[in-house]
Parts: sequence; C-alpha cells; structure tokens
Amino acid sequence: MIVGLAFPETALIGLLFAAIQFGAMIYLASLGELIAERAGVLNLGVEGMMAMGAVGGFVFAIETGSPWLGLLAASIVGALVAMIHGLFAVVLGANQVVSGLALTIFGVGLANFWGTDYEGLRPDVQFVDVDLGPLSDIAWIGRIFFQQSPLAYLALALGCVAWFGLNRTRGGLALRAAGESAATADTAGHSVVGLRLFAVAIGGALAALGGAYLSLSISPGWTVGVVAGRGWIAVALVIFGAWKVRRVALGAFLFGLAMALPSRTESFDLPWHPILWSMLPYLLTIAVMIAGALILRNRPADAPAALGVPFRREER
Amino acid sequence: MDADPLVDPLADPLAVELIGIHKRFPGVVANAGTELKVKRGSIHAVLGENGAGKSTLMNVLAGVYRPEAGEVRVLGARRVFASPSAALAAGVGMVHQEFRLVPTFTVAENVVLGAATRVLHMGTVEKQVADLAQRFSLDVDPQRQVWQLSMGERQRVEILKALWRAAEILILDEPTAVLTPQEADELGSIIRQMANDGRSVIFISHKLHEVKQYCDEATVLRGGKTVASSLKVEDLTSPQLAELMVGDATHTIRRPEPTQACATLLMVENLHALNNRKLPALRDVSLSVHEGEIVGIAGVAGNGQRELADVIAGLRNALSGSVRLFDRDITNASARQRFRAGLSYIPEDRVGVGLAVQLSITDNAILRSYRQHRRGPLIATDRAKAFCAEIVSAFKVRAGSLDQRIAELSGGNLQRLLVGRELTAEPSVIVASQPTRGLDVQGVTAIQELLIDARNRGLGVLLISEDLDELLAISDRILVMHGGRIAAQYVGVDANRSAIGLAMAGEPA
Ligand SMILES: Nc1ncnc2c1ncn2[C@@H]1O[C@H](COP(=O)(O)OP(=O)(O)OP(=O)(O)O)[C@@H](O)[C@H]1O
Ligand SMILES: [Mg+2]
Repeated sequence: MIVGLAFPETALIGLLFAAIQFGAMIYLASLGELIAERAGVLNLGVEGMMAMGAVGGFVFAIETGSPWLGLLAASIVGALVAMIHGLFAVVLGANQVVSGLALTIFGVGLANFWGTDYEGLRPDVQFVDVDLGPLSDIAWIGRIFFQQSPLAYLALALGCVAWFGLNRTRGGLALRAAGESAATADTAGHSVVGLRLFAVAIGGALAALGGAYLSLSISPGWTVGVVAGRGWIAVALVIFGAWKVRRVALGAFLFGLAMALPSRTESFDLPWHPILWSMLPYLLTIAVMIAGALILRNRPADAPAALGVPFRREER
Repeated sequence: MDADPLVDPLADPLAVELIGIHKRFPGVVANAGTELKVKRGSIHAVLGENGAGKSTLMNVLAGVYRPEAGEVRVLGARRVFASPSAALAAGVGMVHQEFRLVPTFTVAENVVLGAATRVLHMGTVEKQVADLAQRFSLDVDPQRQVWQLSMGERQRVEILKALWRAAEILILDEPTAVLTPQEADELGSIIRQMANDGRSVIFISHKLHEVKQYCDEATVLRGGKTVASSLKVEDLTSPQLAELMVGDATHTIRRPEPTQACATLLMVENLHALNNRKLPALRDVSLSVHEGEIVGIAGVAGNGQRELADVIAGLRNALSGSVRLFDRDITNASARQRFRAGLSYIPEDRVGVGLAVQLSITDNAILRSYRQHRRGPLIATDRAKAFCAEIVSAFKVRAGSLDQRIAELSGGNLQRLLVGRELTAEPSVIVASQPTRGLDVQGVTAIQELLIDARNRGLGVLLISEDLDELLAISDRILVMHGGRIAAQYVGVDANRSAIGLAMAGEPA
C-alpha cells in the first residue's frame, strides 16, 4: 500500500490545516471558559453552550440567509443560556459543579430538540475560506495559515482583545480580583456579582461561537452530537494553559493537532486505534498538571484562588 | 485622587454619626444599639475587648454589613449603604483587620484596584505608587507580588491603598498589630497629617499607649454597647482606659522569680534554613531552652523568627544543623513525632496553621490527640466532647456550644482554645509565636499567665514576640535576632529596652 510514499506531503499540510481549524474552534470555547474562571466561576456547561451555539447559529444562518447573522445570533443564544448558570451559581450561590453539569445536560438536550427540523439539511449558507491573494498562494504556509475560515482569524483577534482586556484594563484587573479574592474586589468597590455575571455571559457567547464554528464552517449542517465532547476538551485546555490567554492559544494548536490526528492515522501509518489517539488532549492535560504541581511547590497555584467559591459578603 | 476638600463652616461638625446600630450574626449579637460620634478633622479611637463588636461596627459604616436597625450619618447626611462601593462613594474608606489584598497581584495592582484609569499603563502606575510610598515613607517595592511580602509589608500596602483613595473618612482596624513601633509611629504622623487637612480617622488598637499618643477622642465598646463615648484622650490615663474596656481594674503581670538553671530541654545548634523565597533566613543559629525557663526571641519582623519556629516545629527543612529535644535528635522528625516527644507549638498564623476554621470547637480540640479519643477506628464523640469541655472551662474559652464552627469565635477565644489544646498535651517544651498578637488587655494577661504558669511547672518556653514589653515582662532570657542570626543575648535584669532596641536594628552596643 505504501509504495513510494516517501513523505505524505499533502497529508501533512492537511493535518496542519485541520490543526489550526480545530485549534481556533476550541480556542474560542476555552477563551470563554478562561474568562469565567478568572472571575472565579467554574462553568462546566461548555458542552451544552457549544451545542446551543451550533444549532442556534445554523438555524439563524438558514433563516436569515447570512452566516454572519447566524454567528451573532449564536453568541446571543450562548450568553442567554449561560445566564442560567449565572443565576444559580453566581446570584444564588449554588454549587458551581452541579449547576454547570446541569447546564451541559440541559443545553445538549435543548439543542437536539431545537435542531430536529434542521437535521441533515445541506445549508447553502456557510463561511467560505478566505482568499488573501498572493499570501494564500505561498507554498505550504499559504494553505495552512491564509486559507482558513474567517472564524479562525476572528478567534485570533478575540484572543488579543481578551488578553488586553484582562491584563491592561481596570475592568480586567477587577475581574481577576473577583476570581482571586472576592472580598478584596468587593471592599475595593467593585460588584463581584456583576463582574462574575459579565464573565459568565462572555464565556457563554464565546463557547457558542466555538459551536457555530462547527456548524457553519468545519462540518456545515446540524446533526445530533456534533459537538462530540469538545466542550470538555475546552475545559481541559484552560487547565493545560494555566489560565493564561497566550498559553491557552499555544495549547489550542497542540489540542487541535491532537483532534485532527485520529481521523488521519492511516495516512501517517501510525500504530494504535484512532480512539487511543483521541485521548491525547486529556493525557497532555494530566501531564501538564503533574509538571505544574512539581514546579509550583512553594508558590501560589496557577488556578484562581477563589475559583468555585460563591461570594457571600457577610460570611467569614 | 481628589483635591483637598473645602471645609464648609456651616456643615455638620460631625464626620460620622452612628445611632443605635444593631447587628446580629447566627448565635451572637455583635452590636446592640451601638453609638459613635466622630468629629471632623479628628482622630477617634474605638476601644474594646476582643469580640466587643468594633470590627462589626466599622464594617457597618463601610457598607460591608447591613445593620438590622440604626442610622448611619456621614458628613451630616443620612445614608443607607448597600455595598462597600456606596460607602466609598460617600467618602468612607477602610483598612480591614484581615488583609484585603490579592496575593497574586503586585503591590501596585493592589493599590490601584479600586481606583484606576480605564486603561492601565503599568509602568506609570508603578511610578505613581512608588512616589506615594516615598512621600509617606512607607518602604515597599511596587513590583513585588503580595504573597512574597511579610505581614508588616502587607500592612503597609493596605495603608497605601487607603492613601491612594484619599478617603474623607478613614477607618483603620488594628493597623499596628503587625507593625514595628517605629512603623506605628510613622503611621501616627501620617494620620495626624490627614486630620490636620480636615479629614477624619477612626483608629482601632489594643495598644493603649498608641491610643494615648495618636488619638484625640475615644469611644469604648463592651459587649456590643457603647459604654463611654467621645472621651478626651488627654484627660485619661492608660489604666483608666483599660478599666473602661474590661469593666474592672486589670492587674499587671508579676515577673516570675528567676529559677536555678536546670536540665537543658531544647537544644538548637548551628541551624541554617531558607525562607519561602529560597533566600537564607537562618544563618548559624544556636540556642537552648532549659527546664523552668522562658526564653524570649526579639526582633523586627522578617529577621528569621518565623523560620526558626517553623524549623523547630517541623514545618520547614533545615539545610544543616540540628534540633534536639532531651538529647534526642528531632531535626528530621515529623510534626507528629515531635509532638509525641513533648513539643507543643502555638503558631503565629493561628487560623491557617493552628486551627481549622470550618471545623467545630470539639474537632479542633482533638486535632492533635484524636488517637486518644477513639473507639476502634471511630472517634469516640462522647470522650472527645468531655475532653473539649475540659479545655473550654479550664482556659475560659467563651463559646456558644461545643459544636459551633470556630470561624464564629472572636480572635481572643480562638487563641485561648489553641493555647489550651497545646498545654493540655502536657508538653515539656512550648514554642509560642506571637501568642498575644491582636488580643485585648485581658486576653494578653491571660495568655501570659498561662505561659508563666507552664514555666513554673518546669516547662521550657520559647516565646517569639514582636512586642518588646511582653518579652521584658515575662522572659528569663531574651535573644535578639537580626539578619537570621542571634545578634545579642540579655539575661533577666540586664535587659533594657534601649539596648535591645539597638540590637534589633542591627547595632548591638
Ligand atoms: N461574619 C461573621 N459571622 C459570624 N459571627 C461574626 C462575624 N463577624 C463577627 N462575628 C461575631 O461578632 C462578635 C463581634 O466581633 P467583632 O469582630 O466585631 O469583634 P472585635 O471587637 O473587632 O474583636 P477583635 O478585637 O478580636 O477584633 C464576635 O462574637 C464574633 O464572633
Ligand atoms: Mg476586630
């Protein structure tokens, strides 16, 4: 079978292209989770919010005839669904793990229900990959970096905005304080509940963009189970990236590679079953956590100190 | 930062007026009709024992707690604060008793957290914070992260935060507990300057000499009620203030009679160790503690005292050198082995290291000795309760019930519980780190008496304290630490304040 195949060149370009594609998709969702967690809210509803984004984006794109309007609608749907978590976990101070898991179950279920009439439809609306003229024509690099879906560049831009917002603005400082020491943010005059609700809403919108990336670009259309556990990979990626915008971006590429590999094991003649390869993101995350724990002894951990802890002003 | 306010002569002469404040927590009434009147441009002390309700009242004024009843008036206007930001907007700023700092932020980020420009230029911000720090001679590096700082440095950051906001009314809740006397005096002159500018300061401290020195007026709380309001401080003596606080005359500690030198219990030789920043903290420290002796360790915070206590207690590894208890080498023994060998430890950080705040009083009481209160693999609850009840009554811990979470106890009662637990274990050596920090006059006397009592029964006590008066009052010998070394030693009567003060500053006579 492998006659004269010295180097699977096209397969490699395809792999790297897909790595960036999947990486950008997962990056959007992870960025949202990162923002929520930096504010101190663990939201395990990413899978559900992505499903809602995927179906919402697709439905609105078909109904309006514009993928961009579909995308906008997806982000609004995502933010609204996230507010369920906001209500229980932030406003009422319920257990964040339980509320987040409930959101995943609810979101996936509602998305499947909403999508029944749209399943299997071939959309005539979807994002077309960009063509940047001469840039896109460069050998290798052109195909890998300059012929992606517009959403990939959107992910990159949003990453820059998030980095700047978190690290260089007053609001970002307050948001991070809410996640590290809510009482400190509160006594400094910030509204912890307000900051956390905002972060959860942004998180929902970004997760939904990740979902819409799937249904409007990577595999256009809606089918039940299209998100396929990628919401959990997004949660793992935040840990992998140590809650830092730039390190999560790097991790997104690696995770993208790991997500693109399983369907291509044959072209690279790799051993083991593809399903074993699809465990790679989780193994990477565990490896990074162990390494982190060894390096970080005697220092504060990377995780926001108040992550998962509801804020009640009068309690001590 | 705002410009100086124009003092309106027609305006209310009171900066703050609190009328009939009621605030209860599950199981306790913290404020029961408390009153407070603070004049503009004055420094007003709020005094009271541990648990008197001082912090609670201040949190009501700063918008953190909502009172069930009562009126808050600020600068002549009636106010109902829904949140700290509402209080800040009305000009009330507060330095909290427990630090309100983000450990992973830099000093500069912490200082500007509440009042920054929309977009941060960290270079500029650091410069501004450095300037502010310099203007008030508060020595702290704006670029360092707060988790790396000592308690004293963190207190300075808190003060900087308050100065940055330039609040019209500034509440300082026990700001001097972790400051050296010099730093406290520095703070005294800063707040005097603020008062002269027409701002008002509320100052809480258990150190009566500071109240005498820095404040104009004083209000005394007892059991959540105001028992004396707006007293002129200059008309009062410290004993009179102390009497108002506790309701009866306090007796002073009797210095213990010196004992004959007996057997050596604890022997530390040539100890070297690193601090949390991996820098040398202990350099060749040797000392010994004998039977029936209190050995005091004096020094400015951050000169190795904390690391010394940690190494002896088994919470930090020694690089070299040895720790011996009764001729037994315990340098590498675990904390449990040390405890079994007869070493008790009262840590500086009582709620982080000494006690588990979310557990009940009983659980905390048996934390060290739970193996003695068990039936097979299970805890024998009845025996544990009986043991706890003994500690609570013997050491006069004031608590609602034995099942109460200790988070609800006041600082003084926490400390009594901790000291009680450690002494009940019948140790031969006690290492006590800042055992009276933050306690009221009665609490301080009680703890000091317990330590003297232990010494009279033949125990060896290593007392680490930043309070020189305490060391002079009860130690048989005082060692001064400076730069990780034992810089000087004074025995009983030779010890005098100024000599020790010089040695603490690194210039032994
Ligand atoms: N957030 C809270 N939850 C429950 N109980 C509290 C809370 N804050 C204070 N208390 C209780 O209210 C009472 C008054 O406490 P407060 O902190 O006001 O005393 P304090 O005068 O500041 O004492 P200290 O000198 O020890 O700081 C205490 O019995 C304390 O246990
Ligand atoms: Mg207090």
